[in-house]
Amino acid sequence: MGKLYDKLNQDIRFIEGLNGCMNCGVCTAICPAAEFYHYDPRVICDTVQSKDEALIEALLRSETIWYCGECMSCKTRCPRNNTPGFIIMTLRKLSQELGYFTDSEKGRQQFAIKRAIGENILRTGYCVHPDIVSPQMHPEQGPVWDWISRNTPEIMEKLGSNYKQNGIGGLRNIAPEVLDEINKIFEVTGCKTMFDTIERHSKHKADEMGIEISPEGIGNEYFMTVYTENNGTHNA
Amino acid sequence: MVLEGKKRVWEDYQKEIANDHYFYVRSCIRQTFFPGSETTFLRIMKNDLGKDVFEDARHTTCTGIGYHTDIVPLETTMTVIARHFALMTEAGYVNIIPSCVTSFGLYTEVLETWKHFPEIEEKIREYLWKATKREFKIPENLVHTSDIIYKFRSQIKEKSKVSLINKRTGEPLKVVEHIGCHYSKMFPTSGVGGAEFPSVLTGMIESWGGSVIDYPERRHCCGFGFRQYLVMANRGYSVSNSKKKFESMRPFQPDFIVANCPGCSMFLDRWQYTIAELEGVTYDNRGMGIPVLTYEEMAGLVMGYSPWELGLQMHQVSVEQLLDKLGIKYDKEQKYRGAKGQKIGEPQKPQFLIV
Repeated sequence: MGKLYDKLNQDIRFIEGLNGCMNCGVCTAICPAAEFYHYDPRVICDTVQSKDEALIEALLRSETIWYCGECMSCKTRCPRNNTPGFIIMTLRKLSQELGYFTDSEKGRQQFAIKRAIGENILRTGYCVHPDIVSPQMHPEQGPVWDWISRNTPEIMEKLGSNYKQNGIGGLRNIAPEVLDEINKIFEVTGCKTMFDTIERHSKHKADEMGIEISPEGIGNEYFMTVYTENNGTHNA
Repeated sequence: MVLEGKKRVWEDYQKEIANDHYFYVRSCIRQTFFPGSETTFLRIMKNDLGKDVFEDARHTTCTGIGYHTDIVPLETTMTVIARHFALMTEAGYVNIIPSCVTSFGLYTEVLETWKHFPEIEEKIREYLWKATKREFKIPENLVHTSDIIYKFRSQIKEKSKVSLINKRTGEPLKVVEHIGCHYSKMFPTSGVGGAEFPSVLTGMIESWGGSVIDYPERRHCCGFGFRQYLVMANRGYSVSNSKKKFESMRPFQPDFIVANCPGCSMFLDRWQYTIAELEGVTYDNRGMGIPVLTYEEMAGLVMGYSPWELGLQMHQVSVEQLLDKLGIKYDKEQKYRGAKGQKIGEPQKPQFLIV
């Protein structure tokens, strides 16, 4: 058994997600990503079950593993109870741990997600919050969201939220002692290590590409590059 | 014999939904984009149905979006969810009800994993203790908040002021329902009716007088795809999948769409605007788009709540066309007012989408 395969096989999602693929392709037929990207979950399953180290390493460095939307439609449909979506999650974890994710345009986006979502969780206690959905970064949100962004406290009050106040309710302030608990959980369960790993490899890649990267936040050239760059070769 | 067999098959999809005393956990996306929906859920539960719903200010995100964008490891997400179970246990509750479909899917995944791999539960208990000195009991009942509205749909019908019927024609309104992938595609027996015939929304719609549209792409994903929306460069994936659904539902001329998942509700609304602005296309006959409601908003309209208290002014596709069909009176002047009735400006008009 190869080294990379062994690493994948340590993850419960891989153990549960791959029971022996018979290459029927039902997952590909139902997959939203396969319709839009050069993506075929059947081939992913076939590649990992081959246990071919070179092929698995190529997959870990590829654009391909970043195309899945994790809708998990594949889980319902597979007649062998495989879950290509779980296999993808395991591959992505390993790709980040080994630093291979910076080899692909789609993989490099993990830096933007870590800076935007990851740091927001630790700072506010929420994955998403109205204050981080800026109309400039989200033009698809339309003029209604632009109006909401300009009047957030008034609108949230009208709709019964407890926006940025203490106590219970929607969009309330999460107390510092609660954020301390979340930070400790992130530390003891390995998420801080994952964040540091994403940062370290992204810094290395940014330097290699000659693009400015700051120690934190989203106001740097590397963030905007990975957030917006699309070389146009991904679509089916 | 055949009937008995059918009954046996369906028993797998009859979900136990607790009758009262719920520990409520909010949704990051719902409270951001549909804050009025969470308020409405609590209003119906507490004021109209007389139920006990408890909220603890110390609960946080479940980390679901971080988990499904692969920056947050499984062990971290499990421990954050275990912390929510600890808060529930400390408050003396046994029934937990997430407002978010992504959270509900993850809570289900965590409990299923622990059931089959108790050593993982043990490890997570150690992590939680090390990080927070908290302990927890496994919830006796885990359901999504829509399951509860489904359970009490007949009581809501009894108290209702409005039916899902076109006031002018007397015909049932034609409704597209979208339950959201993570409600039951991962663990079919965790959703009412399973993944093939989910009845959580159809049960509400039909009980309240509407009719459900069965269209080819009914079960297709809305296109959120987590990283496929969050990163600007990937949003073509997201809008393309919504477009596939709109094109499939268009021939059936839906009066409105209702969604279970807060993300789906937002995308099915916003992508109609985006497609209209990019391509000059809408999926109705008037250039206004198809109104999209959350299930709480649909329940609130049925209960006779004010559309602007429900938060329907936060939708990009205008809802007035639907309110007119339902025969609901509204004051257009109040639509864009603040909590004290003060003027706070109005959104600009889109170029193509008629509002």
